[in-house]
Amino acid sequence: MAAILANSARFALRSGASASSKAGAAGLTFVRGKATLPDLSYDYGALEPSINGKIMELHHKNHHNTYVTSYNTAIEQLQEAQHKGDIAAQIALKPLINFHGGGHLNHTLFWENLAPKSAGGGEPPSGALSQAINSTYGSFEEFQKKMNTTLAGIQGSGWAWLVKDKHTGQIGIRTYANQDPVVGQFEPLLGIDAWEHAYYLQYQNRKAEYFGAIWDVINWKTVEKRFS
Amino acid sequence: MMTSHTLPPLPYGYDALEPVISKQIMELHHQKHHQTYVNNLNAALTAHTTATQTNDVSALISLQQKIRFNGGGHINHSLFWKNLTPPGTPGNDLASAAPALREAINARWGSEKGFIDAFGAALLGIQGSGWGWLVSSGGPKGRLEITTTKDQDPVTGGDVPVFGVDMWEHAYYLQYLNNKAGYIEGIWKIINWAEAEKRYTAGVENPVKL
Repeated sequence: MAAILANSARFALRSGASASSKAGAAGLTFVRGKATLPDLSYDYGALEPSINGKIMELHHKNHHNTYVTSYNTAIEQLQEAQHKGDIAAQIALKPLINFHGGGHLNHTLFWENLAPKSAGGGEPPSGALSQAINSTYGSFEEFQKKMNTTLAGIQGSGWAWLVKDKHTGQIGIRTYANQDPVVGQFEPLLGIDAWEHAYYLQYQNRKAEYFGAIWDVINWKTVEKRFS
Repeated sequence: MMTSHTLPPLPYGYDALEPVISKQIMELHHQKHHQTYVNNLNAALTAHTTATQTNDVSALISLQQKIRFNGGGHINHSLFWKNLTPPGTPGNDLASAAPALREAINARWGSEKGFIDAFGAALLGIQGSGWGWLVSSGGPKGRLEITTTKDQDPVTGGDVPVFGVDMWEHAYYLQYLNNKAGYIEGIWKIINWAEAEKRYTAGVENPVKL
């Protein structure tokens, strides 16, 4: 049964029907209580030339998968510590759960907020989100510029996100170190991975070129759903 | 007028660390990454001088992180290049090049293998970008410790960085992809134990002297 649910969730991701989890990652799937690597809804080579197929394959099959398996290991250890009533061990696992669970969440959201050009990638936002971007940043172009400056300013590994403040409804740009996920006061709308593994094979140290090219494959339809 | 920091030359050729680290990685790492830290450090220090002259305290405060990151990047890479040596060179032989350090390592971790395993585990445990270091606490011939620093944070506070290993993805990705363990296994073939012995017994000179 769980496997069937997981399969149907994958199918839902493929067909882009993610209305049931608008604010979360539609592709989060579990089999017998274990997190699983979600399928991409496009081929590894489909985001070229912005992101090449080799990067996508390694990033999904190796990096993302390692976060999934390491998260599952940490959760098993957590359950064991809970079972034993070992509070110190439970607390000690927190950084691992944050890092690997965050890596799993972040990448799942990332794949979903990207799309090949042929599937609408790069088509600018519309409706309420477009209005929010214009009123906050002046224009879509100004927002992109601000996001790129923010991405370029990340020191070390991390992510930049367009987020929504749950209390005020305002949107904003925030950076998160390493695999820290967007949780708490803010909801993730659009994430861009600024780890070197996300671009290095294609762009090496020219990360500004990667940040410039990724706009051609942003799936604003997904971002709009998360915003609404 | 303040003198600018400059990129130090490598003490060996770009291809000299092959097959452990490829020529392409070394070229990019030295000519692009390290150079960028040097450039951004100089820019931050120039802005700092101006802010000091105009007594702009809030500008001075906002420059601290840039100096930490780019100054740290310059220091760390300058130390790193020197604590590597081409494979098979005399400096790469722990027993003959670093007798005092070897004895201290064996006393602290039981054996060379015990140390190498512990150091490797610390490197693999780094979450995100950072460095792994063997440090001599408090000065030369101090207690040996394995430490990690995040991003470009340098070893500070009087501890001696005996040697460091760069665990940023740019240090290995073009060759090892996500196989961090493969990079770590290889790095022992190019550690400059002669330089490590010198730092352990006599400390480290300012690695970014003007």
